[in-house]
Amino acid sequence: MNFKEYLKMNIVYLDGGMGTLLQEQGLQPGEHPERWNITHPDVITKIHRDYFDAGSNVVCTNTFGANSLKFSDTDLEKIIQSAIANANAARKGSVSSKEKFIALDIGPTGKLLKPLGDLDFEDAVGVFAKTVRLGVKYGVDLIFIETMNDSYETKAALLAAKENSDLPVLVSNAYGEDGKLMTGADPAAMVAMLEGMGVDALGVNCSLGPQQLFSVAEALVANASVPVILKPNAGLPEVADGKTVFDVTEEDFSNEIAAMIKKGVRIVGGCCGTTPAYIAALYRKTCHFKPAPIEEKNITAVSSYTHAVKFGDAPILIGERINPTGKKRFKQALIENDMDYILSEGVSQQEKGVHILDVNVGLPDIDEVEILTNAVCDLQAIIDLPLQIDTSDISAMESALRRYNGKAMINSVNGKKESIEAVFPLVKKYGGLVVALTLDENGIPDTADGRVAIAEKILAAAARYGISQKDIIFDTLAMTISADNRAALATLSALKTIKSTLGCHTSLGVSNVSFGLPNRDAVNGTFFAIALENGLSAAIMNPYSADMMKTYYTYMALKGFDENCAAYIGAAESFTAVASAPTPAETKKVSEAFGSELQHAIIKGRREKAGEITKKLLGSVPALEIVNREIIPALNIVGQGFEDKTIYLPQLLMSAEAAKSAFEGIKSFMAGSEKTTAKGIFVIATVHGDIHDIGKNIVKLLLENYGFDVVDLGRDVPPEKIVKKTVELHAPLVGLSALMTTTVPAMEETIKQLREKAPWCKIVVGGAVLTQEYADRIGADKYAKDAMESVRYAEMIINGGIA
Amino acid sequence: MYSVIFNKIYTEPPFCEREILRYAGCREADGEISALLNICLKEIKNTLTYKVCYREMQVTIDGDLCDFGVFCWQSEKLAKNLNDCKNVLLFAATVGVGIDRLIAKYGRISPARALLFQAIGAERIEALCDAFCADIAEERSIGLRPRFSPGYGDLSLDAQRDIFSVLDCEKRIGLTLNDSLLMSPSKSVTAVAGILEDKESKLQIKCAACNKTDCTYRGTL
Repeated sequence: MNFKEYLKMNIVYLDGGMGTLLQEQGLQPGEHPERWNITHPDVITKIHRDYFDAGSNVVCTNTFGANSLKFSDTDLEKIIQSAIANANAARKGSVSSKEKFIALDIGPTGKLLKPLGDLDFEDAVGVFAKTVRLGVKYGVDLIFIETMNDSYETKAALLAAKENSDLPVLVSNAYGEDGKLMTGADPAAMVAMLEGMGVDALGVNCSLGPQQLFSVAEALVANASVPVILKPNAGLPEVADGKTVFDVTEEDFSNEIAAMIKKGVRIVGGCCGTTPAYIAALYRKTCHFKPAPIEEKNITAVSSYTHAVKFGDAPILIGERINPTGKKRFKQALIENDMDYILSEGVSQQEKGVHILDVNVGLPDIDEVEILTNAVCDLQAIIDLPLQIDTSDISAMESALRRYNGKAMINSVNGKKESIEAVFPLVKKYGGLVVALTLDENGIPDTADGRVAIAEKILAAAARYGISQKDIIFDTLAMTISADNRAALATLSALKTIKSTLGCHTSLGVSNVSFGLPNRDAVNGTFFAIALENGLSAAIMNPYSADMMKTYYTYMALKGFDENCAAYIGAAESFTAVASAPTPAETKKVSEAFGSELQHAIIKGRREKAGEITKKLLGSVPALEIVNREIIPALNIVGQGFEDKTIYLPQLLMSAEAAKSAFEGIKSFMAGSEKTTAKGIFVIATVHGDIHDIGKNIVKLLLENYGFDVVDLGRDVPPEKIVKKTVELHAPLVGLSALMTTTVPAMEETIKQLREKAPWCKIVVGGAVLTQEYADRIGADKYAKDAMESVRYAEMIINGGIA
Repeated sequence: MYSVIFNKIYTEPPFCEREILRYAGCREADGEISALLNICLKEIKNTLTYKVCYREMQVTIDGDLCDFGVFCWQSEKLAKNLNDCKNVLLFAATVGVGIDRLIAKYGRISPARALLFQAIGAERIEALCDAFCADIAEERSIGLRPRFSPGYGDLSLDAQRDIFSVLDCEKRIGLTLNDSLLMSPSKSVTAVAGILEDKESKLQIKCAACNKTDCTYRGTL
């Protein structure tokens, strides 16, 4: 019988701990247990055989850390080959009559993935792929990915397993005492991502004893439509009489797991500290149990690296602002590759309370594959909301989905054959909740019936690809009522039928309904309310619109989703603030204060205020005058204060941010008009191997304040990339940052390459470990002890001074 | 001696705003900075974890060689620090990835806050190490010498690799080491602390034990 069939009908028993047993046999601290497959095959085989004899159906090969980061390719192959041979010998030698399977065991790489660590996602996939291919070559029955404490690395491992084998794949994560992975994912988020990618079973192992993992296992069972794994430690280690013992006995261990089998767990075993005796006790206690049925949960959800957003009765808000359509300033940011602007849009929408962020960066003449992928990676580095990948470029969609850390929402597929054939394979492979537009080769049907028919066609196609109905969400297309006054009615009617008859969730780009009308927000807000009442599950909307947010909060309160009306009360204050127009007195005060209030706001570091005042001034004062007479003098006062040590670094930065906010107001005002000439290009980066970037970001902020065109290459940047950009832009200035003694050589190498390929540029270096002496030794033009010194130097170079 | 790796998880040690400001390069705080710091402290609630893994190891000192059995380090300063110790406490501590995410987030949109989060992280990890050392000293009724980390004085940063090879940091507390010997999460500490069985020596304040008196970050305690 193959493993999948066996799993359908039975409780599956995995094995127990390996590491603790090997230590008892003499494994030294720091020694790789995987090498014992070669050096001590008898010991490994006996442990496996003892597990089979104790009642295990599955033993995991002794390959937890067998990966190409730890071993050479030759060693890796030998280790995996021997490990599988040892497991096979145990299977052959076991006296147990049960079904016996061998799992290729895959643990974490030991490195943290970018952006938190330094291992690239695709490199991680490559590392796991090597191990998987060797497992397939030497023959195993299934793959067991375990003890993963990061969702992103888990995704890399599962992707590698799926791309390099047809074997069943089990994934087990290490949850902490807070019920989350080390990098933040909760059980519902992991279920959404792993099921989306087609895992055969999922669960929890290691970290804690059975009792402490109870709530995690329960949450997994409640969310998962595949079998759930539970493989806890024998509690915590203690030392008694010079020996390690664990504080959960065999008896307690098996009792506690037995209770969880009754709650629906289907695959059980032990981790650190458990022995064949634990498995034997567990098997004796539970072998007569009837396996709980595996139920389809019908949960429609997307997830981020921390949590899942489930679609149900309460409406879901999808922020639409990361989209260049009709936004000059956003287009400019895309063209200038100004990712910080895009991130700010994401952060402010999150602050407004949206649940999901739509990400659309489609513009003619940009490399959408690269920009969309970068946007997704940058957004998920700092914002924990699930993302909606919004693109019509299929390569960009695949690239973004691949890198996405969770289960994404996908916008969109439609009834056209071409669209279905392009999008559904991606949904199947990477998982996702896909928005399906009810249009096809013949356009958008005028009638509700026509749109429902397309929805049915799409559902049938999805089923052929093995995509379940819960992963499709229908958009019945809001059209403007200014062109056809019955347009909204058709949309709403189709919406109602799809929700009530087909039982699918729905979504709308709400604001399309008012196109061409004055005061669009008023129409949008009311349409949103009617749509919600007709079964709308989610709206792609503008969270800055007071009318939309009013509808949302009042709907939540009226429908009983808002306990004690707390959210409504919290939001209500802002409704009035937005609604009331500024009084004439206020306007007068601002105009009178010209010349001092903006400077005051900058010097005091009041960011919002500086932005507001600038916007108001722009109505009557030329932009250049605001810069030269207001912002720059204020910055000079602060900069001088910092140099005189009367102002501290945090204050300098707060002022710089206030100035940036003023500049941002000017930039928005000028967007689309010809670009103001910057002082000069300054290429900046944290060198290869170093991931500290606070210092670099501070220098960047100040240089921007002083009018430099800063090209920020980020952190951990290889010398070649810095050289390439410098040459391409013929940049006169390059700034390099390093924080560790171990990364100064990378700085030296970068300088060497720059001298060769870009001899014209001046190189400024800085960072905690650098000194004037160091800077001289590695051949920099300038050692800047702080950000102001970098600014002063850059100004001197641009003004024709000498170093 | 058979040595076991243990884990400990702590509840949040009390925050010291003065320490945070010191790490942010600020000797005194005006109203604006205090306000911003308060916003940051609010945002950091529930984003940190306080985890330590540790084991005891034997040590023999020979000149400036510190021999731990499994590995051996050459460092005059450490040898002096461990003088007369037969055993050491080897530990790794981290406050988790939450702080790194906040630093990264504000690094992109507000360097002033990023700087404050950086300072909060530095204060947090030091507070955790202090809490851990005090806890172990009490639990075991021992005295501990000031903790000493790879990269301090003349102890090579390469010693990180040895510590990681015997502490199982990745699995225990989610701490990893990259090729440049940087740790992720970044607000983490690995260190060795000499054990004084007779408890005659109390915990020493780390800055007081250091002879770099002109250090910007030197504590006033």
